[in-house]
Amino acid sequence: MNNIAYLVPLFPLLGFLINGLFRKSLSKGTIGIIGCGTILLSFIVSLILFFDVKANGGVVVNYFNFIDVASFQIPFAFQIDQLSVIFLLIITGIGFLIHLYSTSYMHDESSEHFGRYFAYLNLFVFSMLLLIMGANYVIMFIGWEGVGLCSYLLIGYWFKNINYTNAAKKAFVMNRIGDLGFLLAVFWLLSKLGTANYVDVFEQASTGLSSTDVTAITLLLFVGAMGKSAQIPLYTWLPDAMAGPTPVSALIHAATMVTAGIYMIARSNVLYSLSPLTQDVVAVIGLATAILSATIALFQNDIKKVLAYSTVSQLGFMFLALGVGAYTTGVFHVMTHAFFKALMFLGAGSVIHAMGGEQDITKMGGLVKKLPITAWTFVIGVLAISGFPFTSGFVSKDEILLAVLAHSPVLFWFAVFAAILTAAYMFRLMMLVFFGGFRGTHEQEHHLHESPSAMTIPLIILGVLSLIGGFVQLPHVFGGEDFFNQFLAPIVPAVTHEGAEAATLEYYLLGGTIVILVIVYVVTKKLFAVDRFDGVYTGFKKVLADKWYIDELYNAVIVNPLDKLAGFLKNVVEKSGIDGIVNGVGKFVNYASRQLRLLQSGQVGNYILFMVLSIAVLFLVFWNQEIIVQFLQKIF
Amino acid sequence: MLNDFFILMKFELLPAVIFFVLLFIKVGTAELSNASIIRLANILLFINLVAGFFYNKDGGMFGDMFHTNALIVLQKSILNLGIFIVSLQAEAWLRTHKHVIEFYLLLLSSLMGMFFMISGANLLMFYLGLELATIPLAALANFDLEKRKSSEAAMKLIMSSAFSSGLLLFGISLMYGTTGTLGFAQLPALLNGSNLQVFAFVLLFAGFAFKISVVPFHLWTADVYEGAPVPVTSFLSVVSKGAFIFVFASVLYTVFKPLADTWYHMLFLLSVLTMVIGNLFALRQQNIKRMLAFSSIAQMGFILIGISGSSQAGTASAVYFVLVYVFTNLAAFGVVALVSAQTGKEDITDYKGFHATNPVLAWVLAIALFSLAGVPPTAGFFGKFFLIMAGAAKQNYWLITIAALNMIVSLYYYLNLVKALFMDANASPVPKITFGVYAKLAIVICIAGMVLSGLASVVYEYIYNLSTGF
Repeated sequence: MNNIAYLVPLFPLLGFLINGLFRKSLSKGTIGIIGCGTILLSFIVSLILFFDVKANGGVVVNYFNFIDVASFQIPFAFQIDQLSVIFLLIITGIGFLIHLYSTSYMHDESSEHFGRYFAYLNLFVFSMLLLIMGANYVIMFIGWEGVGLCSYLLIGYWFKNINYTNAAKKAFVMNRIGDLGFLLAVFWLLSKLGTANYVDVFEQASTGLSSTDVTAITLLLFVGAMGKSAQIPLYTWLPDAMAGPTPVSALIHAATMVTAGIYMIARSNVLYSLSPLTQDVVAVIGLATAILSATIALFQNDIKKVLAYSTVSQLGFMFLALGVGAYTTGVFHVMTHAFFKALMFLGAGSVIHAMGGEQDITKMGGLVKKLPITAWTFVIGVLAISGFPFTSGFVSKDEILLAVLAHSPVLFWFAVFAAILTAAYMFRLMMLVFFGGFRGTHEQEHHLHESPSAMTIPLIILGVLSLIGGFVQLPHVFGGEDFFNQFLAPIVPAVTHEGAEAATLEYYLLGGTIVILVIVYVVTKKLFAVDRFDGVYTGFKKVLADKWYIDELYNAVIVNPLDKLAGFLKNVVEKSGIDGIVNGVGKFVNYASRQLRLLQSGQVGNYILFMVLSIAVLFLVFWNQEIIVQFLQKIF
Repeated sequence: MLNDFFILMKFELLPAVIFFVLLFIKVGTAELSNASIIRLANILLFINLVAGFFYNKDGGMFGDMFHTNALIVLQKSILNLGIFIVSLQAEAWLRTHKHVIEFYLLLLSSLMGMFFMISGANLLMFYLGLELATIPLAALANFDLEKRKSSEAAMKLIMSSAFSSGLLLFGISLMYGTTGTLGFAQLPALLNGSNLQVFAFVLLFAGFAFKISVVPFHLWTADVYEGAPVPVTSFLSVVSKGAFIFVFASVLYTVFKPLADTWYHMLFLLSVLTMVIGNLFALRQQNIKRMLAFSSIAQMGFILIGISGSSQAGTASAVYFVLVYVFTNLAAFGVVALVSAQTGKEDITDYKGFHATNPVLAWVLAIALFSLAGVPPTAGFFGKFFLIMAGAAKQNYWLITIAALNMIVSLYYYLNLVKALFMDANASPVPKITFGVYAKLAIVICIAGMVLSGLASVVYEYIYNLSTGF
């Protein structure tokens, strides 16, 4: 069955080619069918692969040698195993729902741009699948760059708006910084082990690499993950990336691409487990990111910005899990997060759609009456992310917290704090958007409507998944089967929480969560389910609303000095230095040719005289060639 | 035996037969129009070209004075192709000329001389062929009978040619004096690098250098190219040069193998001089024919690099480059000839805005210029690439660096002309040029050659397999 693995990325690639090349002649309907259909086919193949892997275990499928130089080979190979099939299902499954949703959401675009949108989206899915399926770091890097490119293209999809293209550039540059780390890590690996194949690298890691090597490689890989998965200090591009169409934010900047860093570390768990230092770095940065962005999310007034910071924060949770060695838990949270965050982004899209493009939540309110499906599915998403008992988010987040507690109580309390903040900003968002009174204009109120079914069906499916998606990994104490961890066990050693102590802790967490959520509900309902809300902040709240001035800090410390240096190089070094040299050479050549022209007198007598002289010189020079050989060797 | 004679000497006999056919027409009573003579001549030259590909055999004749093999056959075919294209291109100019048949007679004698020279296996045979190839060229240069410049070119050519022939003959006699033989097969064993032999070799080398316009023996080139009629110039720059390069490479590799150290350094020195000076001169030229003349000098410098590689690749790259050069330079000269024949304009400034009135010709010229400059994917790129690869085998990276820098300089004047063609405005551009079926055919052959001989790697591989190494 594994010989059909290549079909998974092939379908989206075909979709990209068809939609990209023929976007001017195809109708929107055809483009939509090709765009969604290819992903659906990929999903079906992924399902087949999933059941195959479940029954027979993972394999590496070699296709051809991508690089073949002397003794050094990089095969073009796919690794189809437990870890990759889970990601395949997430990407193609949620990808399909979001493609379906897009057919309706993007319907106002002209046919050509509609085709461009779906071409990019298909190309993204193709690249992401390559990233996941590649059986070595080089193929992963191809996908890694590919998704970066698609992210850039889609953030800047409305390229006529200069702010959007700037956001796209910012995302691209930030990602490139991370990519450099990734590349260096791969080079380091290649130079030490001579191979980038996962299987070989993990087999030789403990013997072939010194502890310094491992630490350096894992840290550099993590730099790559920082860029792609928006962690401190490279996270600032993700909130700006909300410039792209909302389904793009849902697919790329919430559910799939930004989790590439988690996938990469989970894939490299053998390496990371060899370096406790890197693990601590990952955990601390993850937790710091989770808290920092949660505080920022508390005071944002743009519906997508809140969700963006929330994504950064949740990614921080995942890295925290990876950092404390709970790799399966991190991956599990990727999955549940993909459900509820995609759900909320699509819900936000539905709201924006209904509000005629309005994203400011101070102008919304009470939308539950006009958009019931959107509102109630959104509520499910909020409950899931806040960890409401037995939703998917509850299962994954509790598992993270338990893993952190087993590792370090201090980190645990910080993580709990971040979780409380999560509930707070999410309930605030929910209250401001869906409850209280409507605060927008009459015209907007008049136009409010529930979205068409192409948009609500994905919402409902994701809502159901957000509710029950956690049951695959329900704790034993609640009668769960631990299916997810056991499925991943051949690739990633699972951390299990067994025994009475774990059970007690589970009950404490269950109780604590309920108490916190009730408090948050009461407080936010009072504060935010209101008829009037100005959204203006002062004092410390303003610092948070202005995102801790991190962007301004980066501008002052990095961007401006670089600009100044570039200006110096351009105006001083290039103008007077390099230009001077280049022009000088040109002038010299001109001068030399003017002088030499005198030779060409037009007199045959002179020509012959010159030839005779030349022969004499040649003979003298070669008369004793030892001399000339030595002379030439001295010069050159 | 007789059969062998016809097969081995087929290349020399065919031009002789055509020569006599044309001669009989000339002395006969039938008054043929120019158009029908040109048609007949071109058909005969085409048959000559095609016939060259069949029934070939390796072997020698006349007591080892004459020899032929697969590589020589290929070289002669390349020259046949060159002369066929030149003849096609000459149609626009010959149409109204009074002495069409004489033009062909001279051309064919020269070609026959070249073939004898290439097949010569004895310095004497080689010298006879060379003279037969050169003397008609001087008459051809004078073929614009009413133009002073044409006569001047012929005078300069014959005088400096005579001088270089004198050098060669002097060199040959000294060689004979020191070794007692003129046979290519016997010479290498008798060469010991004595001063007199080196002197004789320098004279021979200078004679060759003169023929292929290597600096500092190049001074006649520009004056002759400028004054001679354009078809003659293209014949001189492509067919004649090509023939001498073939002989030069094979003589260096076989006869003067024992003096390899000497001529390697000579090639090194002269190729640098040739590239640099050729390019520096080309930079300043206002007349397009002079510009192409100097650019062809610079190209010779590159060929010397390839030959200096002294390997199988050295021969192969030189032969391949000549093939590419046939297509490329004849494409460029073909356009120049059309413009010159119909408007008399030959200055680079006249070509401003050429694209507006003559888009097809502008593109042909531009592709030819890109190929001359060595811009991929034209054949010129591969030609230079293989030459430099062959030269690099000696690991003399200074030479390669200088060559690369010279390619940059040459880009300047080639692109300058391209810029004039496409981008510069001109109030009175060259009017629309009309061209007949001959010129069209020549253009199609050249363009196809420039593209195909570059992209089809079999061409180079074929030549490489025929070539012999050191």
